[in-house]
Amino acid sequence: MLIGKSLPKIDSYAKVTGAARYADDIKLPRMAFGRILRSPHPHARIIRIDTSRARAYPGVLDVITGADLPVKYGIMPTTQDEYPFAVDRVRYVGDPVAAVCAVDEETAEAALELIDVEYERLPALLSIEESLAHEDIKIHDETRRGNVMKEVHLSFGDMEEGFDEADLVREDTYFFEGTTHAAMEQHACVADSGADGKITLWTSTQTPHYIHREVAKVLRMPQSHLRVIVPAVGGGFGGKCEPFAYDFAACLFARRHGRPIKFTLSREEAFLCHRGRHPVKIILKTGVKQDGTITAVHLQTFLDGGAYASYGLATVYYTGALLTVTYKIPRYKFDGMRLYSNKPACGPKRGHGSTQPRYAFECQLDRIAEQLGLDPAAYRKQLAIDPDTTTVNGLRVTSCGLVECVDRVVDSSGWQQRRHHLPVGRGMGMAISSYVTGAGKAIYWNDMPHSGVIVKVDRGGGVAVLCGSSDIGQGSDTMLATVVAEELGVDLLDIRVHAGDTDLTPVDLGSYSSRVTFMAGNAAREAARKLRAWLLEAAGELLDAAPDQLEASARRISVRDAPEHFVSFAEAAQKAEATHGTLSAVGSYTPPKLGGQFKGAGVGISPAYSYTACVAEVEVDPETYDIKVEKLWVAHDCGRALNPTLVAGQIEGSAYMGFGEAIFEEQVFRKGLHKAPSLLEYKLPTIYDTPDIIAMHVETMDREGPYGAKEAGEGPLNPIIPAIANAVYDAIGARVESTPITPDKIARALKEQQRRLAAPGAPKPQPDPARAANRVSQEAPTL
Amino acid sequence: MNRLPTFEYRAARTVEEALAWLGEAAGGADKDPEARAMLMAGGTDVLPNMKHRLFTPQVVVGLRGVRELRGIASDTERGLRVGAGVSLAELAASPLLRGGYAALAQAAESVSTPQLRHMGTLGGNLCLDTRCNYYNQSDSWRKALDFCLKKGSDICRVAPNGQGCYAVSSCDTAPVLIALDATVRIAARDGERVVPVSALYHDDGIHPVRLRDDEVLCDVTVPPLADGWLSAYLKYRVRGSFDFPIVGVAVAARFDGDRCAQARVVLQAVATHPVALPTVDEMLRGQRWTPDLLDAAADEAYRLAHPMDNTSGTIALRRRMVRAYTRRALESLLAG
Amino acid sequence: MDKQLMTFTVNGETVQVAASPTKTLLEVLREELDLTGTKHGCELGHCGACTVLVGGVPILSCLALAIEMQGEAITTIEGMAEGNTLHPLQQAFAECGAAQCGYCTPGFLMSGKWLLDHNLTPSEDEIKAALAGNLCRCTGYTKIIEAVELAATRMRASADATAAG
Repeated sequence: MLIGKSLPKIDSYAKVTGAARYADDIKLPRMAFGRILRSPHPHARIIRIDTSRARAYPGVLDVITGADLPVKYGIMPTTQDEYPFAVDRVRYVGDPVAAVCAVDEETAEAALELIDVEYERLPALLSIEESLAHEDIKIHDETRRGNVMKEVHLSFGDMEEGFDEADLVREDTYFFEGTTHAAMEQHACVADSGADGKITLWTSTQTPHYIHREVAKVLRMPQSHLRVIVPAVGGGFGGKCEPFAYDFAACLFARRHGRPIKFTLSREEAFLCHRGRHPVKIILKTGVKQDGTITAVHLQTFLDGGAYASYGLATVYYTGALLTVTYKIPRYKFDGMRLYSNKPACGPKRGHGSTQPRYAFECQLDRIAEQLGLDPAAYRKQLAIDPDTTTVNGLRVTSCGLVECVDRVVDSSGWQQRRHHLPVGRGMGMAISSYVTGAGKAIYWNDMPHSGVIVKVDRGGGVAVLCGSSDIGQGSDTMLATVVAEELGVDLLDIRVHAGDTDLTPVDLGSYSSRVTFMAGNAAREAARKLRAWLLEAAGELLDAAPDQLEASARRISVRDAPEHFVSFAEAAQKAEATHGTLSAVGSYTPPKLGGQFKGAGVGISPAYSYTACVAEVEVDPETYDIKVEKLWVAHDCGRALNPTLVAGQIEGSAYMGFGEAIFEEQVFRKGLHKAPSLLEYKLPTIYDTPDIIAMHVETMDREGPYGAKEAGEGPLNPIIPAIANAVYDAIGARVESTPITPDKIARALKEQQRRLAAPGAPKPQPDPARAANRVSQEAPTL
Repeated sequence: MNRLPTFEYRAARTVEEALAWLGEAAGGADKDPEARAMLMAGGTDVLPNMKHRLFTPQVVVGLRGVRELRGIASDTERGLRVGAGVSLAELAASPLLRGGYAALAQAAESVSTPQLRHMGTLGGNLCLDTRCNYYNQSDSWRKALDFCLKKGSDICRVAPNGQGCYAVSSCDTAPVLIALDATVRIAARDGERVVPVSALYHDDGIHPVRLRDDEVLCDVTVPPLADGWLSAYLKYRVRGSFDFPIVGVAVAARFDGDRCAQARVVLQAVATHPVALPTVDEMLRGQRWTPDLLDAAADEAYRLAHPMDNTSGTIALRRRMVRAYTRRALESLLAG
Repeated sequence: MDKQLMTFTVNGETVQVAASPTKTLLEVLREELDLTGTKHGCELGHCGACTVLVGGVPILSCLALAIEMQGEAITTIEGMAEGNTLHPLQQAFAECGAAQCGYCTPGFLMSGKWLLDHNLTPSEDEIKAALAGNLCRCTGYTKIIEAVELAATRMRASADATAAG
């Protein structure tokens, strides 16, 4: 049995020897190089562009501007608000304006200086508040009201009744700062074309199918003449889920000049592509009864979307949709708004819109627990949604291991025994979360499968698995190989996976919303089982046994009760081919039709939800307020760990990324420019900074997941941030209600608390007496 | 990819050869970014700055092959001598950096990452360009803001109404060498000069190092230290590696029994130059170092530190760290 | 800029390359020698992805001028295995799941090899110190540390066996 074994990934050997080929590793004869000219202004009209000097520069082959690709596109079909290169307006510092194709990168770079652009500056809006306040300054003319890109209002249940019923109603405001993906591999692509006009595009992407559709549309060519191939990808995390200017430019240059062209972005440009975590202001109002039962929740979110829509339509819905999937919530109201601003566009980053409100909810719940005198862990178990429930907003929960996850982190961290006996300045905090295992709807609505897999068996015993998925490091190629090897009874290395090639592989929607194991895994299983049936039938004929008496494993098909009677896999394949003709089978997966009928019901639905619990232990320096996260215990309900090492790797990686957002990372702007577009100034945690991460998986055997599996790639990130925030509160006795949590914010929180306590007639707070002794000194800090 | 601009490379085999080439190309002003020739040792400061087009010298003179810049020696008469071409890794690992010289090893070890320490040199660290959020950016980034006082315009973006350039002195070895009263030997074609390390720096964010662009910094000498000297260097930065200091504190003190006979405290990363604190030294000299005294010394350091908002970390954070790290650095000498 | 002929020893082989003196070792390795195993994440010394060994010691190839690396013994990721036999650290990375997207992996392996070349009993602190100049965005470093520890254990056992034998 291969399922449940920690086998090395099938691409490990290529990766540890440097043989894996990423986009920038591709070298083709006569390859030319591209560079992009970007707007220096956050908001401006383009009056005039003159590329003649650049064109004349020796070694330059071509220069294009917005006029060469005047087709509007956008990853979401109903919010297509971008051009590959700005046509008449630039909307952020970094907005692509032109591209040069030259014999080498240095020449292309030098030629950028020779492109003359005349701009007329416009006032720039750089925050949620500014975008709301200046309705007259419209970043996109198409918006109905000011800079509101999207407004959502959903209500389920009688909210007034819910809050009336409550014994305690809290309303709290939180702010979650924007962060970016910062994958180690900068964005890159190579495009090539021949005299037949067909184009091949190798691009570092998570979503080849969506790239295929959009690039063909903008290049005004049939999709059948464009081939998108995904090379090895050096990380994505949501930042490589849509086409970028360089994809379009490379294809156009290749088509015009009949030679390959490469674009490799600098790190600064990767920061400008962004499509990362939206800064979100959250107002959360929750009503509970004395025993903690939730009576009503009203969530308001304001998203700073940046200059373009990206996935933002989905994001704004996601900020509201998933709050109900963890706890019993009988009444729920959600008001969301996404605003445009003159900064790089925000989009999907690991957790996609659910991260920010989850942070708010888990921090507020901690406050509620404290006010009601409830243990935060026990309280969460009390509130936990039951398996096989439908939420008030129509989401179908099937398997749910939330309670077990809480138990696991409580046990392994020593929560009960240690929490009240920590030394001064140390604290422990807890949070939980949930996430989709694949979006229930594709970004363009249709009735076709979300994933397709073709499996081909050859006479020599080799097996090819074809799927349009994109392995971005999470191990999706290995997952496909494992599923097929398991079903057919061959070794993992007997399988050759061909993924992410739109000419060869059936459509898989891509590596986003944590869908691949569940959806492509199910499709692979379906295809492999068809072949298995033929192979067992063929072997049965050779062994004179019924197929149900046979077993396939270790490259043999043998009689279960008499294993000395067997045929080799190859022999069975040859027999089956003789009977059925060339052997191949197709599997596909379409999620069940789920969700309510209201507008927006399409976001949040998923064939399954994962669950995670986290306990964080932190230390706050009582003098400097420097925060050190010592340890994170993370228990994740992944349904079934098809490969425990890979699942642990996803839990650890998610926890690391959540930790980064809690303490270190912020994508901030000053004077309209990205303040820190480098890996030196945008603080990715080093090996020194990263806490010990204890990853545990919980298996609830989801009945619709392949072998019971659900996702592990995104869910574990969400609870890390509020767990750390709650641990900081435990350590210092004052709450920081925005991210990242910095020493300055702790200093301010303590000072503010002192001011409140000192105010005449101020109501006494309800501290937990057991914790009061362990609080950091509450002398007013001098700043 | 970020790539280097065009330049001519020359590999010097001796200091004399380097000086001859620099002389050919000299512009005259101290460390002029428009200089026709620049020196390069490890390249870990010069090359990234060239990729950012902060420097575009016509000639780069490589010192990697100059043997006379290597070597660490120590004796009781002359003290510790370190060639400018000694790598930070070699310096950090040297068994000669014991006792009172320990802070120099701590400072060298704290720089950036192992890879960079194998390339970067002591001389390069001493000559590190000053840094600022508005300066250490790509050409296109800086152009979008119409450049800055240090490079390309006449307005400082940190303090538009201020008195000059506020780019931050960011090398870790300098404050330690100042605290240890070290000197540097500088060679020029017309001879040599020996100056205290403290005189190598001045309050000028644009030309922070007082080295002409036709001079070569050859070696550093730390005077022999009598028994009883202790030193320490504490560095505050956001992460545990890669980052430049956003506060650095170097302390050196000699104890006579339980009293401090001499003390020197030098702050780094709070100004355009390392900041010696003679009033703090005065408070500590002749005293037993009680907790109250160290608090007072830390408060004085805090009073004298005026960082600007041009690095990671806020002004408030960095000032708080000055106080805490000054006290902790002094405390570490008591423990040691 | 006119190209100059440069001679290097890379992974034990002597090679000649014509390249501009303004090229970094990273660019020459990847673009002239087609040794694309060495990666780039920033080209400014901020990530460690470009780490190679020069004279056995890890350096950032993005900040080394190729012209200055002549006469040095350069080891890249392509030279770490012996033929098709992986170095124990490479094997351990594969088994422990220490390479997710794999982009930072060559850099980590170079830094890790340097550590194990000198220290087969590294403490966790020593492992972190050796790898402090390499950023990873996928793994959270946990399995990288495990892989180094596993490789060290195996290399010790193998060294003991050789000594005993």
